[in-house]
Amino acid sequence: MSFSKAMRFDKFVYGLLAVAMIGLSAGVQAAGGGGGLHDSVGNDVADTASLQRGVGNYVNYCMGCHSMQYVRYNSIGEDLGLTDEQLINNLMFSAEKTTDLMTIAMPPESAEQWFGQAPPDLSLIARSRGADYLYNFLRGFYLDESSPTGVNNLLLPNASMPHVLWELQGTQRAIFDEVEYAPDVTRVEFVGFEQVTPGKLTPEEYDMFVRDLVNFLDYAGAPEQLERTYLGIWVILFLLVFLFFSYLLKNEIWKDIK
Amino acid sequence: MSNVKSNGGRGEQLLAWIDERFPLSKMIKEHATEYYASKNFNFWYVFGVLAMVVLIIQLITGIFLTMNYKPSADDAFASVEYIMRDVQWGWLIRYMHSTGASAFFIVIYLHMFRAMLYGSYKKPRELLWLIGMVIYVALMAEGFLGYLLPWGQMSYWGAQVIISLFGAIPYVGDPLVEWIRGDFFISDITLNRFFALHVIAVPLALCMLVIMHILALHETGSNNPDGIEIKNNKGPDGIPVDGVAFHPYLTAKDLVAINIFLIAFCSVVFFAPEMGGYFLEHANFEPANSLKTPEHIAPVWYFTPFYAILRAVPDKLGGVVLMGGAIVVLFFLPWLDRCEVKSIRYRGWTYKFALACFAVSFLALGWLGLLPAEGVYTLLARIFTIIYFGFFLLMPFYTAREKTKPVPDRVVYHK
Amino acid sequence: MSADEGLSRRHFLAVATSVTGGVGIALTAVPFLSSWKPSARAQAAGAPVEVDISKLESGALLRVEWRGKPVWVLRRSQVMLDRIEDNTYDLRDPDSNDSDQPPYAKNEFRAIKPDVLVLIANCTHLGCVPTDRFEVAPADLGPNWVGGFFCPCHGSKFDLSGRVFAGVPAPTNLSVPQYRFADDNLIIVGENSGAAG
Repeated sequence: MSFSKAMRFDKFVYGLLAVAMIGLSAGVQAAGGGGGLHDSVGNDVADTASLQRGVGNYVNYCMGCHSMQYVRYNSIGEDLGLTDEQLINNLMFSAEKTTDLMTIAMPPESAEQWFGQAPPDLSLIARSRGADYLYNFLRGFYLDESSPTGVNNLLLPNASMPHVLWELQGTQRAIFDEVEYAPDVTRVEFVGFEQVTPGKLTPEEYDMFVRDLVNFLDYAGAPEQLERTYLGIWVILFLLVFLFFSYLLKNEIWKDIK
Repeated sequence: MSNVKSNGGRGEQLLAWIDERFPLSKMIKEHATEYYASKNFNFWYVFGVLAMVVLIIQLITGIFLTMNYKPSADDAFASVEYIMRDVQWGWLIRYMHSTGASAFFIVIYLHMFRAMLYGSYKKPRELLWLIGMVIYVALMAEGFLGYLLPWGQMSYWGAQVIISLFGAIPYVGDPLVEWIRGDFFISDITLNRFFALHVIAVPLALCMLVIMHILALHETGSNNPDGIEIKNNKGPDGIPVDGVAFHPYLTAKDLVAINIFLIAFCSVVFFAPEMGGYFLEHANFEPANSLKTPEHIAPVWYFTPFYAILRAVPDKLGGVVLMGGAIVVLFFLPWLDRCEVKSIRYRGWTYKFALACFAVSFLALGWLGLLPAEGVYTLLARIFTIIYFGFFLLMPFYTAREKTKPVPDRVVYHK
Repeated sequence: MSADEGLSRRHFLAVATSVTGGVGIALTAVPFLSSWKPSARAQAAGAPVEVDISKLESGALLRVEWRGKPVWVLRRSQVMLDRIEDNTYDLRDPDSNDSDQPPYAKNEFRAIKPDVLVLIANCTHLGCVPTDRFEVAPADLGPNWVGGFFCPCHGSKFDLSGRVFAGVPAPTNLSVPQYRFADDNLIIVGENSGAAG
């Protein structure tokens, strides 16, 4: 078999693999349905000001029930540019030292009794659920008389969590409607929200509040991410320099081979 | 062309001292500077050395992880976060290890596929293939054992599903499952023993098997993309005319391949270590909870082809048997393939078509294993399972009288 | 290209590749070796300890822990301070030349302020925690004992500044850790004093 035929066959195999990959990824996209909130949070972990607002939001509204037991105050201080003073004055309510972890006082057994389920630790919530989910979750509470908390959530039906941020967002009602997909094929789907009582923030302000909060959760889930991507560029550049030399060396050594 | 100092300098004297006591120069000659392999190695031939590189990465990062990891049900998950956040550079070591695990399987699957392309499992390399298959099984065990260690939701429930498969074996099933677990449910006891196996037992076995694998390879000599035995055509100096010394020719060439691999590897480690949830699964960022099953239990991507076969069969024992069979049948490949011609370049269209079907079915099964087992997916899984087994079980027939092309005397090499 | 040119280009490329590779390996080693440095948790646990001495009475001894070690804070009475100067026992290292203390504790009282003594409570022989023996002339320690520390393990003796007696197994005075006064009633063990004394 000639060399060019050999190359064509190898290329055929690569082509096959490529088609398979594309087919795979297309198939994977097939999931995901209609209805519900699917907004993209659009947060930027490099936006330090947003993270600072976000950690403030977190400590003021979430930390009563949700610990972040793997996160240290002083690492937040280092990464977000906050001094020990700022940490102590603004973020640390019951903790004693800036090197402390963000634990809370509520014992999990009591929490389970009060809420039906202990409020989970949120150190890694952005990695297990995703930032978009969290963004929509915090904007997805609506009034529901049948629920013990008086609210339900579009992203997590029958959530045990009350609408902690109701004062900021106000209250809203969810509108469900029958949507026709095809003749004789209808589904009841979420169509939109209707504001019932206004909150202290406008919808845009509330969205930004939640975005900052979710941004902080995103950062907290993987605090190394900015340093990691920065270093990555240098590592790849170094490897490219190495590739330059190793490739030329290989060609030079193989010059004698016919 | 050696680097030895002239006139018996210090270096030469030291080497002579060592050589009297240890076969150092002999080994270097036999396995590197005077080991001749074909000059026409292509892209498919880099995956062996890449597998060794990944093995080394896993060993080193694994050792450093073990320095800070705590193998107890109470502490494991927290110790991983300790590594990620509190240990200096811990996040990098962890990501290298998790990426390395997936990289290992990508490299190994491509390495095995090379053997199928060029007939590297055929006589006289059957034992080489068998040792490789044992390495593959050991690697799957290593991956499975390691996956429990972070003690996340997917760790726990994935182990739950796989261990319970052993319960399908008649008579011994249930006692066997209890014996594997060491407890009545997956617990701290199970975690601790999996840790011991993952950190010491299987890595030791893997290292020994890799040495055996290389020794077996060097005994027969390497194959090549044309499937020609280069040792049959030696020059007046006793060196195969189509051969090049492994060092420096293939070491230099492999260095480039390693370099490119490292660029891909580091791109993942630094820019996308989770790989969309395929290398680090989202559910595993939640600590294991024996009372709450995740919505969707799937094994890590590199096991999904076999998982799809398991689920394709409606009967639990049947599924286990077929899943095991899918791996066992690979052991028989050297004897299922009746064609004398090694390389796909000179084989008939039947084998080319069959191999393409195999590749497609393996990839399709892998994709199906990630999806829920329902509706059309189950039907597809069954179809591709049949194709997968058909490739092997029908092979004695479609390779018996293959219309092959004439195999050249010399390897095909162009600069 | 002549053979010589080929060899030197090859040589140059081999060296360039090796050097780059070597640098790469060295850089790769950095994270692994650094991972051995004290982690954030170790630094948190080893953080300086605040000791409130507002309620520490004259002659009383307080024990705290810092970096896994026992630390004494002793409020020395005037009587005790006088006795340091009266000590007739031979001291092995009266000027603390061979002993371990920060510069501001290299004096007769081995302290920033004479009335407050901070010591690491590990005998410099083999690490036992000595007992505090502030009474004068107890039966077991003899008529010349004017107060100090006595290690029960092998009999080492230290004066009221933690200085080791001659002729006992311990080789040096009890160590003084870094410490500073945040204010008159608050000592931070583990942080250095900015002022010299």
